[in-house]
Amino acid sequence: MKLIQLKEKYEEIRKVVVDSTVWKSIFRHGYKDTPRNRVLMTASNVFLHLHPSKMRRHGIKISYTWCAGGLTFLFFLILTVTGVILMFYYRPVAEYAFVDMKYLQFDVPFGMIMRNMHRWAAHGMVILVMLHMFRVFLTGSYKPPREFNWIVGVILLVLTFLLSFTGYLLPWDQLAIWAVTVGTNMARATPLMGHEGPLAEQMRELTGLITPRYDARSLLTGGTIVAAPTLLRFYVLHCIFIPIATAVLIIVHFWRVRKDGGISGPL
Amino acid sequence: MAEEQKKIVPASSLSPDKVHTWPHLVKAEFIVGLISLILITVWSIVIDAPMEEPANPTRTPNPSKAPWYFLGLQEMLVYFDPWYAGVVLPSLIIVGLMLIPYLDINKKGVGYYTFTERKFAVSVFGFGFLILWVFLIIIGVFFRGPGWNFFMPWQDWDTHKVVALTNIDLNIFLAQHLGIDLLRNTVVQAVFGTGLIGAYYLIGVVFYLWKVKKSPVLQELGPIRYGLTAFLFLTMMALPIKMILRWTFNIKYIVTYPWIGLNI
Repeated sequence: MKLIQLKEKYEEIRKVVVDSTVWKSIFRHGYKDTPRNRVLMTASNVFLHLHPSKMRRHGIKISYTWCAGGLTFLFFLILTVTGVILMFYYRPVAEYAFVDMKYLQFDVPFGMIMRNMHRWAAHGMVILVMLHMFRVFLTGSYKPPREFNWIVGVILLVLTFLLSFTGYLLPWDQLAIWAVTVGTNMARATPLMGHEGPLAEQMRELTGLITPRYDARSLLTGGTIVAAPTLLRFYVLHCIFIPIATAVLIIVHFWRVRKDGGISGPL
Repeated sequence: MAEEQKKIVPASSLSPDKVHTWPHLVKAEFIVGLISLILITVWSIVIDAPMEEPANPTRTPNPSKAPWYFLGLQEMLVYFDPWYAGVVLPSLIIVGLMLIPYLDINKKGVGYYTFTERKFAVSVFGFGFLILWVFLIIIGVFFRGPGWNFFMPWQDWDTHKVVALTNIDLNIFLAQHLGIDLLRNTVVQAVFGTGLIGAYYLIGVVFYLWKVKKSPVLQELGPIRYGLTAFLFLTMMALPIKMILRWTFNIKYIVTYPWIGLNI
């Protein structure tokens, strides 16, 4: 007897809530398992509507996609969240950077786990991007009409490398500065634009530039060695410039997948 | 015929192989995402990210290694000058990757795994990715020690390991073995070396002229697409060729242009 009363009461409250203006303004439809509702679930959700509402059985097989592209995006999101949290504690100044890493390691609650997650997810993202690209190649998914999206993908691969590489410097330990020294030293050998590259002398005579202080490497490092100016440059690139460029291109990439007829499948 | 049929058949039975994204795909995405999140979290709790002593610009470690994903490029520095291994080749890799969809006009093999229908494409990409990229990264991470010498992973990094290597340029190598002293002349070696590299790329042209009449694939490809493909392919193959020359004959450069600081 009481149970039925309770049930009635519940139904009453549920109706009031679900029929309220507020509820209806947030949730456009119910949870009924009908074909129409299944379509609505995808189409009326801002995050899910990246997907088509119906897709071929072939496309949802893990053995086909390896989930590599989607997981790359998930890892990008993990990196964004953990990265922003790390920004609360880290100062991109040569005097403080290493100390702040130690602060994260020993003092900040869950600081070390945040840093670990950021570091390992970055490695994971690099691996996943390469796997995704390999899968896309093996399934011929870059073929018409998807040629341009392959190019966007190649740029995203480069941006992923650059994100990882600029982040490598930020701990400001021996591993960081020497790895980045190896990387940026190559730039001084750039043809025409590096002071040790081919035709550098000729360019120097011609323009008066292309000295160790003004060449392709100093553009990256902000000086003749990896030092305080490099740290700031890499920090800004790592936290602002490249993430924004990456996010924009990810949107283009996903948009194109939809516009080019969804993920590839046998014709 | 197929087009007409699509218009008549009701939408529900249009593609029997279609499923609703929600829940079929969303469910899979959710589960795979959840498992990945758990894995990365547990991994991060158990294994600490690397951290060395504070940066010290006066103490250079030996070896200085780039981040692991660039070690394939760093490995190329052994065989080429930095302007080529560090700047030109990476740029060519990126441009070459972007060109793939425009050079590969084989219509077969979309949306499924196949080797037989795309033998050339899959072999070349597989070689480039698995051998020249992944394998060189593995070498760089696990087998390179002080002085960028080879060390087995279980070997001590003995900094005194001396590798007596006298790398010599190709013209000197030939002058020694063939006794042609003229090759020691700077200008002669430059002309000779340029000719050799020219001849190497000429292989592509000769192959085209030789095969084009009998090969419908080459005809469809056309001279421009073929030229780009051949150039990129031969450039890629120059790396293993130069590696073998270095390992077997200690040959450093094929040609040098000392006036402009260019060595190949």
